[in-house]
Amino acid sequence: MPSNKANNKYSGRSRLRRVREFIIESVLFLAALSSVATTFAIVSILVIESIPFFRHVPLLDFLTDAQWTPLFDDAHYGIMPLMAGTLVTTAVALLVAIPLGTIIAIYLCEFAPHRVREIIKPFLELLGAVPTVVFGYFALIFVTPVLQKLIPALPGFNMLSAGLVMGIMIVPYIASVSEDAMHAVPKHILEGSYAMGATRFQTAVRVIIPSAFSGIAAAYILGISRAVGETMIVAIAAGQQPNLTLNPMEPAATISAYIVQVSLGDLPHGSIGYQTIFVAGLSLMLITLIFNIVGYFLAKRFREVY
Amino acid sequence: MPEQSIDDIRRMIARHKLRDHIFAIVGILSLMVGILTLLALFTELAIEGAPRIGWKLFASFPSRHPEEAGILSAWVGTTLIMLVTAASAVPLGVASAVYLEEYARKNWLTAIIEINVTNLAGVPSIVYGLLALGLFVYKLDFGQSILSAGLTLALLILPIVIVSAREAIRAVPGSIREAAYALGATKWQTVRDHVLPYSLGGILTGTIMGLSRAIGETAPVITIGALTFIAFLPQSPFSGDFPFVSFRWLMDPFTVMPIQMFNWTSRPEAAFQHNAAAAGVILLVMTLIMNGIAIYIRYRFRKRIKW
Repeated sequence: MPSNKANNKYSGRSRLRRVREFIIESVLFLAALSSVATTFAIVSILVIESIPFFRHVPLLDFLTDAQWTPLFDDAHYGIMPLMAGTLVTTAVALLVAIPLGTIIAIYLCEFAPHRVREIIKPFLELLGAVPTVVFGYFALIFVTPVLQKLIPALPGFNMLSAGLVMGIMIVPYIASVSEDAMHAVPKHILEGSYAMGATRFQTAVRVIIPSAFSGIAAAYILGISRAVGETMIVAIAAGQQPNLTLNPMEPAATISAYIVQVSLGDLPHGSIGYQTIFVAGLSLMLITLIFNIVGYFLAKRFREVY
Repeated sequence: MPEQSIDDIRRMIARHKLRDHIFAIVGILSLMVGILTLLALFTELAIEGAPRIGWKLFASFPSRHPEEAGILSAWVGTTLIMLVTAASAVPLGVASAVYLEEYARKNWLTAIIEINVTNLAGVPSIVYGLLALGLFVYKLDFGQSILSAGLTLALLILPIVIVSAREAIRAVPGSIREAAYALGATKWQTVRDHVLPYSLGGILTGTIMGLSRAIGETAPVITIGALTFIAFLPQSPFSGDFPFVSFRWLMDPFTVMPIQMFNWTSRPEAAFQHNAAAAGVILLVMTLIMNGIAIYIRYRFRKRIKW
């Protein structure tokens, strides 16, 4: 029967099609899983390479020793100096980036004429796209000499100039993420505020910021993560000496700058120096993780449901 | 309530309006801080780097003499690494995006993948360098090679590619898919023939943005052990004999533009700062051009496609 034969042909083809569809879906699924695999690989590599270090150095020493000199004869393995450097540069950067970023976001969202926004935003994007090594050069060659005119005692390498430049670098991230959050506030809420006779400034401060708070908090957390993990600016402009101090006028190394400094030298696989950069990386991940968790709960606590 | 005279109310309104104006000025000043920094950065680099920028800079290897030092090995290294990065990040990223947008069922596994992509975007870039040092360089034994560096940067920009590709795919209206299904197309045929071509613009934009980020990344590439002084080129990808194409360059040691600049910046001799500035100008121009192309493509595709 011809019709039967045709049916067979079609069912054969449809089986082939089903198999092909299944294979394609599986391949795509594997690709999507690759990002999970990356996270898994990051965590396991950091942990696996850090374990031998903690067999050698007790955790208590690691957390309380005030010196970090793993490559000297008199080796000390205290993370505090590197942690202090990271926190000071991050704090300086945030003191610049959070006020500037928030003000720019409010300005662009509520105040700026449409034309100004269209012109300004690409420039901000550009500021965020400048390679960090260029920012590092700028901090060392331009910003530090300018600061030295204001503060004559400032050394050539210092955390202040690195932190300031890092802050400027982060402004576009904070501004654009907060602005998105502010734009997402439903228009009827704003109109309600204006209808009550509120000015734009009052609306921004009392209506938009509270409503968009969870998004703004997310922007700040993103900024903190950037600052904590930023490497090249501090490696170039802040000096690379571990230094337990909270004074931004002094030179100091951050966790990330230490990793770069050690990587530049010759580093035999499995040596204690090799292990320390993974320990440093693990500490960096943990700090970022803590900030992310805090941010998550902050955002959840203040989330407004419309 | 005490009676307010009309004058009191007028004064209050004037006060609030004044605050509005003051804030507008503060806003403009804040923007100016960012823009002026950008301008200062450009001018500083241009003035310092101008004496070194020229044909010789591109055609010379690094050297101990600042006037003779160039970026030949650096720009060749950067170009080859970008090839590897694009060739691995784009297929992987687009495939992930297609899966998440078109195939994924709403379940816990999909939720984990989605949260994970967001979190990966926040991982400090130097941590990717450590991952690559442990995994690519030692465990998989790729060595301190162009392949290791390219794959590292590919992992680094994967979240950017995935997120932008997802947005582009989501923007394709459902009616297009339904029309394809109505004609008997399978899911994959619909994706390949309709969804992907329409989202090409967004995917390209995201990819170029990601690559422009990768070009400037220094820390992860230093971590896997890029050399800072390299006076030879990787093996040529083209060879005289059959099969005319060779992939041995993948395993060669390398340096890249930002590392060359970092190396010159950290030299004590002032003359090398000019080289650093010149390398910075070229790096910035590369980033600018890539961003410009990305913005242009976005603009073109938005204009051309009207649903």
